[in-house]
Amino acid sequence: MKRKSARAALHLGVVLASIALAACSSPSKTESSGTSGPGNGTITVAGSTAMLPLVKDASAAYQDAHKNVKISVSGGGSATGIAQVAANAIDIGDSDITAPDHSELVDHRVAVVGFAVITNPAAGVKNLSKQQLRDIFAGVITTWKQVGGADQKIVVVNRPRSSGTRAVFVKTIMGTTPLSEGGLVEDATGTVVSVVKQTPGTVSYVALSGVTGGGVTIVSVDGVAPAPDTIESGKYSIWSYEHMFTNGEAKGDVAAFIDYVSGRTDLVKKNKFIAISAMKVKETDR
Amino acid sequence: MIALQARRSRRTERIAVLGLRVAAGFVILAMAALLGYLAFEGTKTFYVDKFPLWSFLFSPEFAPDANHPGAAVFVTGTVAVTVFAIAIGGPFGIAVGIFLAEIAPYRMTQILKPAIEVLVGIPSVVYGWLGLTLLVPLIRTHTSSPSGFGLAAAGIVLAIMILPTVITLSEDAFRSLPGSLKEGSLALGATRWQTITRVLLPSASSGLAVALILGIARAVGETLAIQMVIGNATQFPKGLFAPTAALTTEIVTDMPGATAGSLLEHALFSMALLLLLIAMVLIVLVRFALRRRT
Repeated sequence: MKRKSARAALHLGVVLASIALAACSSPSKTESSGTSGPGNGTITVAGSTAMLPLVKDASAAYQDAHKNVKISVSGGGSATGIAQVAANAIDIGDSDITAPDHSELVDHRVAVVGFAVITNPAAGVKNLSKQQLRDIFAGVITTWKQVGGADQKIVVVNRPRSSGTRAVFVKTIMGTTPLSEGGLVEDATGTVVSVVKQTPGTVSYVALSGVTGGGVTIVSVDGVAPAPDTIESGKYSIWSYEHMFTNGEAKGDVAAFIDYVSGRTDLVKKNKFIAISAMKVKETDR
Repeated sequence: MIALQARRSRRTERIAVLGLRVAAGFVILAMAALLGYLAFEGTKTFYVDKFPLWSFLFSPEFAPDANHPGAAVFVTGTVAVTVFAIAIGGPFGIAVGIFLAEIAPYRMTQILKPAIEVLVGIPSVVYGWLGLTLLVPLIRTHTSSPSGFGLAAAGIVLAIMILPTVITLSEDAFRSLPGSLKEGSLALGATRWQTITRVLLPSASSGLAVALILGIARAVGETLAIQMVIGNATQFPKGLFAPTAALTTEIVTDMPGATAGSLLEHALFSMALLLLLIAMVLIVLVRFALRRRT
């Protein structure tokens, strides 16, 4: 009897531990800046995973040029970047979206990112109008045949509510039309791309910098394919600024690094972003 | 000399007892802190944001942006995948438990038991990954489900994950029965099948109940593996193969973007608190079943 109770208790422990893990829903804000505040040679950056390749490249180059500066870069997502910089846990918070709730944060736009609508190749669709996109993501159009494609059911893949990419897609395409909740939800750009690659009928939206390799069809919107020149000229409208937020005005090394990121237009281009200086339109022109 | 030795061993004992007390106290402290913090954060939805508990539990509309975080979809999802998992994993696990305790030759149990223990040790992300790469395409090609993600995929993955718990606990339940029960039944001329179904099974019922309840508890709390295959759609399961979401999967999907102090964060904490309450109810049930047996 004793032994059995002990076994039961052990299993109970496993169960409790897994529930406790699931319960830890607060984003970690505990990494205190402590000695690593701005100006003393160490810069901590976290946030948007879409920006990660660019910021990593830039930090490596910056550290080569400035041997006394150390930069630590990590991801976590746009909202995490904003939350951590607002809590003074990091020096720079990377984000695909603005931070209207945090008046203490100073916004630095460092680049422009384009977003692509991607489908599984078997859908057989190369171009969609904005209205068709709206209807697909609202759940009104349900088969690819209705928009000139294969006789296949449409499977919408969304990002979670908190995603910066989703926010941009809603703003530029959906407007006030609500997204259908009937589709799948995947929580990272990489996961979305691999699900779309493998699952017939899927359609989703991802940062252009996240579409590497083949296996998915990039759909033109109103006849315009997403590319640097169509985004710069304003013909293609699904794009947004990439932001680096600081808590209060940026000073010293932090300010220098932010300028450096937006200044290295070669790195910006290499990672499939667009330099702000190349943009012929502003966000308000859309 | 002897007195000195005695004094020294008494001191060692005092220190050891103190150390054990501190360890036990720390566990209680950690539990209390966890409970207190979850209770504090998890009720903010109701007393800070003034969202009624009733709507939280029973409203299917989860729209934190519009100040309406109804969690009924996720509660239903959790119940649905758990029922699915226990409906498959429960009978199967108990059957294997009977086999191990009553039928399998000694050699076979020596191989099977470590194999089952290995199943416990596999991280849930591996189960999820296998579900994603094997099960989801299988469901996609053999059913009307266009994507393959959904309730059935999550339920099957969970059924496999709870098997080791159900198997080991139900085996224990049979092994702990007094040998005289079995001997008496066989001596009266009952076949092995009759002995198992009419004598052993009813006698082990409370132990089997514990096995099933802990299997349920594991299913309710599992997160990562089912998040990868359930589809995470905020909608009631429209069928066995339709995508839906559970309490745990919703927490992990939306938590990266839950800004501190937002209604979304409060709602996720409320779901975490709800999970903890479910776990506590299940633990009370286990205690109850164990007591009935003694």
